[in-house]
Amino acid sequence: MAVEIQLQINGKSYQSKVEPRLLLVHYLRDTVGLTGTHIGCETSLCGACTVLLDGKAVKSCTVLAVQASGSEITTIEGLAATWKGNGNGSGAAHGGGGLHPVQEGFWECHGLQCGYCTPGMILSSVDLLRTNSDPSEAEIRQSISGNLCRCTGYQHIVQSVQYAAKKMRGRKR
Amino acid sequence: MATAPAKKYIGMPLKRKEDPRLIQGLAHYADDIALPGMLHAAFVRSPYAHAKVRSIDTSKAKAAPGVVAVLTAADLGTSIGMVPCAAVIPDMKSAARPVLAKDRVRFVGEAVAVVVAEDRYGARDVADLVEVDYEALTPVVDPEKAIAKGAQTLYDQHKDNVAFRWELEGGDVKKAFAQADKIVKQRMINQRLIPMAMEPRGVVAEYKAGEKSLTVWSSTQIPHLLRTQVAAMLGVPEHSVRVITPEVGGGFGSKLNVYPEEALLGYLAMHTGRPVKWIESRRENFQTAIHGRDQIDEVELAFKRDGTLLGMRCRIIADLGAYYQLLTPLIPTLTGLMICGLYKIPAARVEITGVLTNKMSTDAYRGAGRPEATYIIERAMDVAAGELKMDPLELRRKNLPSPKEFPYATPTGLIYDSANYQGAIDLLMKKVDYKKLRAEQAKLRKEGRYLGIGISTYVEICAMGPSSAMPAGGWESATVRIEPTGKVNVLTGASPHGQGQETSFSQLAADMLGLDPEDILITHGDTQVVPYGIGTFGSRGTAVGGTAVYKALVKLREKLSLIAAHLAGAEPGEMIIEGRKIYSKKQPKKSVGFQDCVTAAYVAKSLPAGVEPGLDATVFYEPTNFTFPFGAHLCVVEIDAETGDVRLDKYFAVDDCGNVLNPLLVDGQVHGGIVQSVGQALLEEAVYDDQGQLITGELTDYAIPRAADIPWMTTDRTVTPSPVNPMGVKGVGEAGTIGATPCLANAVADALAPFGVKHVDMPFKREKIWRLMHEGKCAAPAASPSSRSKPKAKSAKRAKRAPAKPKSAKRRRAR
Amino acid sequence: MIPSSFDYHAPKTLEEALRLLERHGDEAKLLAGGHSLLPLMKLRLASPRFVIDIGRLRGMSYVREEDGMIAIGALTTHAEVMASELLAQKCPLLSETAGEIGDVQVRNRGTIGGSLAHADPAADYPAAILALDAEIVAATSGGTRTIAAREFFVDMLTTQLRHGEILTQVRVPIQRGRTGAAYKKLYQPASGFAIVGVAARLSLGANGKVESAAIGVTGLGVKAYRAEAAEKTLVGKKPGEKEIANAAKLAPRGIEPLGDLHASEDYRREMAIVFTRRALEAAAARASGKAK
Repeated sequence: MAVEIQLQINGKSYQSKVEPRLLLVHYLRDTVGLTGTHIGCETSLCGACTVLLDGKAVKSCTVLAVQASGSEITTIEGLAATWKGNGNGSGAAHGGGGLHPVQEGFWECHGLQCGYCTPGMILSSVDLLRTNSDPSEAEIRQSISGNLCRCTGYQHIVQSVQYAAKKMRGRKR
Repeated sequence: MATAPAKKYIGMPLKRKEDPRLIQGLAHYADDIALPGMLHAAFVRSPYAHAKVRSIDTSKAKAAPGVVAVLTAADLGTSIGMVPCAAVIPDMKSAARPVLAKDRVRFVGEAVAVVVAEDRYGARDVADLVEVDYEALTPVVDPEKAIAKGAQTLYDQHKDNVAFRWELEGGDVKKAFAQADKIVKQRMINQRLIPMAMEPRGVVAEYKAGEKSLTVWSSTQIPHLLRTQVAAMLGVPEHSVRVITPEVGGGFGSKLNVYPEEALLGYLAMHTGRPVKWIESRRENFQTAIHGRDQIDEVELAFKRDGTLLGMRCRIIADLGAYYQLLTPLIPTLTGLMICGLYKIPAARVEITGVLTNKMSTDAYRGAGRPEATYIIERAMDVAAGELKMDPLELRRKNLPSPKEFPYATPTGLIYDSANYQGAIDLLMKKVDYKKLRAEQAKLRKEGRYLGIGISTYVEICAMGPSSAMPAGGWESATVRIEPTGKVNVLTGASPHGQGQETSFSQLAADMLGLDPEDILITHGDTQVVPYGIGTFGSRGTAVGGTAVYKALVKLREKLSLIAAHLAGAEPGEMIIEGRKIYSKKQPKKSVGFQDCVTAAYVAKSLPAGVEPGLDATVFYEPTNFTFPFGAHLCVVEIDAETGDVRLDKYFAVDDCGNVLNPLLVDGQVHGGIVQSVGQALLEEAVYDDQGQLITGELTDYAIPRAADIPWMTTDRTVTPSPVNPMGVKGVGEAGTIGATPCLANAVADALAPFGVKHVDMPFKREKIWRLMHEGKCAAPAASPSSRSKPKAKSAKRAKRAPAKPKSAKRRRAR
Repeated sequence: MIPSSFDYHAPKTLEEALRLLERHGDEAKLLAGGHSLLPLMKLRLASPRFVIDIGRLRGMSYVREEDGMIAIGALTTHAEVMASELLAQKCPLLSETAGEIGDVQVRNRGTIGGSLAHADPAADYPAAILALDAEIVAATSGGTRTIAAREFFVDMLTTQLRHGEILTQVRVPIQRGRTGAAYKKLYQPASGFAIVGVAARLSLGANGKVESAAIGVTGLGVKAYRAEAAEKTLVGKKPGEKEIANAAKLAPRGIEPLGDLHASEDYRREMAIVFTRRALEAAAARASGKAK
């Protein structure tokens, strides 16, 4: 009953046989071992499991692994490599490479405390900046409203995204 | 001995050392742990709030493929002890929780069986195959009804559901009320909340039979206390249990506990001989991790005609839930201790009735008893200002102790360490043009727009705390070890989980040793590595844990000075440690490199007489008192009169947490605390229906604040160092949550004043507010799940002058 | 968090999907974006034996002009509807409504066909679909049929779609002349669904009077509906403050409101009035060129 799937994850090809009911988030975490994507609820509301699926932010707890077959996934571990000048990402995945401007913004502006919502928050922000290079505060708040954070009160997150937007505007890909 | 360290890093907004791993997905939370041969556990939980368990049939579950074990209370027998409670109150009735319910369940979500299977999905499937036969009993949900005569009892051995009665009185309360010109009364509800840390609980356990060693990874705030308790519950020697706290995705008190699952997973690892993992689902988290608050408070304030406070009385009904978790009965007593707030009240009396109900236990949720106290006094002061026809700010200023009066003794027996309350208010007033705000409010009211301006001032009790005042130790440990190459290991008994102390403690150690933060590694949360510690809660991480680190550093500075002075031919008392050098203050040429000094300590060929080799210091720091941070907040809300929607427009906070190690971290704590308060004020309420079902059982029905709900917050600080500890720090983890809730509530009541509303209970959900503004416009409210959550239409008295016709607010809440 | 097991089919063609659907009958569920079905399955409120993933069907994700209408493929995501230039120009009500659904991630994944077929009483799209007099195209192995939006919603989570039928397309009219439309919503603070959501569309004559009015309301009752009494009372009148307020009062007429933790029956009814008024005001301002 297992189904063959094939995905590109952070630039690498993966082929697996999976149970159809396997959620993408469990596939990424338990099968592939990319545990940077977190699980915070079962109702598609917290956003902790956000990854980029073909470049767009989605909640990987509400996608079956089989649905994602044939797609390209970027998780937090592979994000830095998508930013020009950061190499192929293998270094970043082991903590040795550079950072994506959004990651850098979160670090510079204290955009995280416990860090649990952070990967999802960062990837949603990346999706926002893909289509809006100079978002207003209100637009940032709207765009990350599919991601819950219980620690920061969001203010430093907003600043983190503003920091990243500025940096990315200054150095277009 | 050595002269005071230079402040190169202390007080600087350094970015965090924790972050690189967290922003790259390289950190390891409990669910990120994978061990060879690891099994997965899932729990079978009661759908009933109150029922007898007639029988449990596990045969189908046991026969399912991939099942390794299915256990019920009968299978466990006496193998695992009861869930511990550290709080003791005289004449408290027993309400101990078994790890699995045996013949009776007392809240929805209580575990009756555990299944262990080869994989996560399989375990979940098998849990559905366990058949439990329940006989429903009358659920006890409303705490006031629970203590009425003839109520169903939760425990057959108890004659009623009163867990305890606790009283505290200081000063002559009778006289104060007899002399009063004005007595102000208010009943208010501090609703039940769900902590909702982003990471649910999670436990992994591994038993190595050869070494007889049990390792438990748990998402906890208290690794050492957990080790002691798990060892005791399992009846295994404590030194063979190791608790490791992986990265913890938020706690807010919900992980300051010892839960059945933590002991059970240890048992399962021993029982199956394989590692076992359990990760809580969000539904389980809502049902079975501790809840917060849940009090009904009746307060009375006695005033002189001019607004001078004479006395206070407060009766509190605290809903404890069905069982005692670690600190359950203690939490409302903290409300009692802090009931006077920051006002000079000569006499106060508090009576608390702890009540057992068929709900999840309440326990320490961010602020733990103190937000309730602050809410009671700060709301009551606003109600009083209304009745005394005084400006709320003026009434507050009138009753504050002056900075000269500190240390200040309260009638509840506390000694406030230091404060300048007026200073905080003065700074707040510099940030906001209060008069202009009031004028704007008056103008908009005429247009049918309802702005509310809320002020709160607060003092909180932090740095928990002296051991004499704590259930089981209020000290903290630290070991600082300078390794032979000059790198520094700091082991702290605190257990930070987002607070950023890997950074702030590094700043501290770097300055005190003349190094850089990169030279320092902070280690916490591994009982086999770190000396016994108490943990992170009660805003104690820096004030108690940090002070322990400071004191260990002082010891090492003394030793370094002795060695350096010996090597350089100088006086030890005059040595300065900075810039990787240790040199004489009077004769700076008498200087030794930091590394040379460290090498000398380890090579041990040229040490002064009586000085031991090595550079390692351990301190167990016992504070002499709590610390008492304080502040003043102001916010502006606007209510959409057509929908009752309350939108927070502006927030200003001035907090004083004493000296600051890293202002960036302090701002983060304040922001987060304020927003959790916004949650309590506007959105959050754990609602049980009359059958004891948690109907806000998922994020689909329990709303926490989102980014779009929150305006830009303006924060600032005054600095009043604490005399309690040498760094003069106080603590800030809970300040925002304590100060902000009444601020928001005062603003909403202020906005509704034209409608004759004196007080409205939280949360300020739209319909409740709308009903207050449109009283009588439509039929009676729909049946509410609990009588307590019914709109309080009665508390709204018609104003003499009819309010202007409500118009919709212009800018609407996003989303 | 973990769905029950099921057999999975990922047909490549509509014909294949229809055959599978016929074969498995009501034991099968269609999966498109998954944002209605998967949440139910994770909580085990739905446990279908067969899941037919139509998400891979080619050529079902598009927004294009066809025979004087805008045709939207069933697999078009909310984000695509929201961002469609064609809709922004020719039927802005639909893109405005799509922008009010859930959050960014949900909009990136959820589809218009999935949302409509699920017929959640608090979903946003139904209000707009009704106000637009949209057509819903459903396919069976025997061919296709077109269902008028007004006929489409039958009951709570129930539509006109029969077993064996697949929703393939939504067709909305091109907005012409002095027409304005708007969607206004009171969101449930936890889930983001609509407590009430009102889509209003007004067409004005040269004299500034209402020629036609259409008001779709979601969230109030077990299914989305057209507030016909409110519409009728507006026709032939100038849409002033008073006229709109009077019409809005008729919006909940004949509907038995739902009540829950977040909004009682009474409150929902009142909010239907408030949000109908707000939607009509915005639509009127747009129709008369006073607002964008």
